[in-house]
Amino acid sequence: MGTKVTKSKAKTGSAGKYPLNETKQLELYQKMAECRALQQRAHDLFMQNLVKGTTHLGLGQEAIAAGFGAAMREDDYTFNTYRGHNHNYVRGVSMTAILGELMGRDIGQLRGKGGSMHITDTTKGAMGSYAIIGAHMPIAAGAAWSAQYRGTEQAAVCFFGDGTTNIGTFHEALNFAAVWKLPVVYVCENNQYMEYTAIGDVTAVPNPAADRAASYGLPSILVDGNDAEVMYETAMAALEKARSGGGPTLIEAVTYRHYGHSRADPGKYRPDEEVAEWKNNRDPVPNYRNKLLAAGMDESKLAAIDANTEEMVDKATEEAKSSGPPPDEIAFTDVWADGGAAWRN
Amino acid sequence: MAQLSYREAVAAAIAQEMRRDPNVLFLGEDVAVAGGVFKATVGLLEEFGPLRVRDTPISEQAILGAAMGAAMTGLKPIAEIMFSDFFAVCWDTVVNEIAKARYMSNGQHECPLVIRSANGGGARFGAQHSQSIENWAMAVPGIKVVAPSNAADVKGLLAASIQDPDPVLFFEQKSMYGTKCAVPEGDYVIPLGQANISREGSDVTVVALAAMVPKALKAAKILQEKHGVSCEVIDPRCLVPLDTKSILESVSKTGRLVTVEENPRLCGWGAEIASIVGEECFWNLDSPITRITTPHIPLASVDVLEDLMIPSVDRIVSVVSEMD
Repeated sequence: MGTKVTKSKAKTGSAGKYPLNETKQLELYQKMAECRALQQRAHDLFMQNLVKGTTHLGLGQEAIAAGFGAAMREDDYTFNTYRGHNHNYVRGVSMTAILGELMGRDIGQLRGKGGSMHITDTTKGAMGSYAIIGAHMPIAAGAAWSAQYRGTEQAAVCFFGDGTTNIGTFHEALNFAAVWKLPVVYVCENNQYMEYTAIGDVTAVPNPAADRAASYGLPSILVDGNDAEVMYETAMAALEKARSGGGPTLIEAVTYRHYGHSRADPGKYRPDEEVAEWKNNRDPVPNYRNKLLAAGMDESKLAAIDANTEEMVDKATEEAKSSGPPPDEIAFTDVWADGGAAWRN
Repeated sequence: MAQLSYREAVAAAIAQEMRRDPNVLFLGEDVAVAGGVFKATVGLLEEFGPLRVRDTPISEQAILGAAMGAAMTGLKPIAEIMFSDFFAVCWDTVVNEIAKARYMSNGQHECPLVIRSANGGGARFGAQHSQSIENWAMAVPGIKVVAPSNAADVKGLLAASIQDPDPVLFFEQKSMYGTKCAVPEGDYVIPLGQANISREGSDVTVVALAAMVPKALKAAKILQEKHGVSCEVIDPRCLVPLDTKSILESVSKTGRLVTVEENPRLCGWGAEIASIVGEECFWNLDSPITRITTPHIPLASVDVLEDLMIPSVDRIVSVVSEMD
């Protein structure tokens, strides 16, 4: 049983402070469409037994990454969890590199040394995908501290799931960031299940992040995480606050994952009608497409994005598949700054 | 050269590096205004100000996470974990995050940071504030491990640790904070991974670390005077990187190896050294390798019991004098 989310509780619609022109709207749609195609392809490759290890998909959660991706500055920092393909992709990490990493190919973003749960591209500000729940929350605070000390007006954005709100680092990081007024934005993607258990069954408050904000002197922010425009506006406000010295923001974005926790999980603990409701009526990608059309967007522009996305993901898949496994020698590199693994003379 | 205490050498090294590099920052519990619970960081706040020397909440995961995030983005943070026992509450940050960041990111991430911590027994603080955990640290690929035995080495090795591009766990033996020795003035750096031959000898190689070094030296004097045994005392100073060359050369000369370890027995650092010597120097041994350690037991608080557990001068003399 999932947390009941009502539209009246979640913020919807445009606040108007950060107007979206057509270019920005198309960017939001494009980012979501590409994330969707990438994740769907990762799923399909897994089913073909081409993905090594596990993978955690963010299908259904694209609007949050897209909203932030469209709002962030190039030199901002992203920290995310193992369910992080969307967040990395919207910062500019290549589809080929992500799919290649999932398939354990040499062309993979980390040449197979990280895997699906650890996609990182520091050249894009994608500062890593972390697979220990909550571990990255203080690390994001540290990157924000660094930006504050260096006076760069960069912000760090840290994405995490609803389950993270019950682990110690969540509380340590928020208190620390609030006391030091750090330019960090914490984004709880409440997809309503911590792994296989409904978050409401194991959490003392109905809204796992928003209801805790007061403990750190922060406003409670609960938004519709399946509305890309709401996410964009929420991101813009939080980033502006961070850059202007206003300190951290904690956002709870309500969403839903279309598949199970990982590819090992069919997600059967969720009621069929709940899954159907979110997939059929509250899917952020087609909903945004329909919204844009209803507002008068020229369909050919959206169709062009759709066609291009399909082509991109096919090309990335072929590129990744054509790469072989990494060479043996890289197993023994990059433990230390000297490039090697030696611990003795 | 000035006579400095072990604790003064800590502050001297940090100050030396903070003057040299504006990207060196320092954070921890009670480190700024109070100057540290062991008074090892007195004067740093006054010299470098509150932007570079910062007090934190009691949040060890936040302290180390913040240090890591800062290190990944161009700074050189020094973090203090007040007692090394508290690594148990933030070990994830050390082991899963800091140690693995470079490797898992295929070399993209840098983590040039130092975590200082008061380690070891002798202060009668009981089992949760007295452990020697250098062997925990040694077991994790990706972190360097330093444990100085005197004030001069504190200054030189801490400076080197701050300059090092890799993450370093720097263990200060808390019963030694008041001990003094001559410490070079001005900029002073000792490269990591170089053992110190604290005393030359010909009959037996005694490898000792941190607070066990002065005990080994006292024992060596007694062994020479009362038993006619000539001990070579080697202080590795760093467990990672480990100067095995100096140890193997010494054992090749003396034919005997004794390790003196404050960590509990199982998987103590001496076991690794014994294994290396056994594999690479076996035919030069004249006697079985012997390890002197704290037993595999939590430390008691009261002095008479704690002193029974941690290796003593008498135990070293007794064990070495009875070797074949």
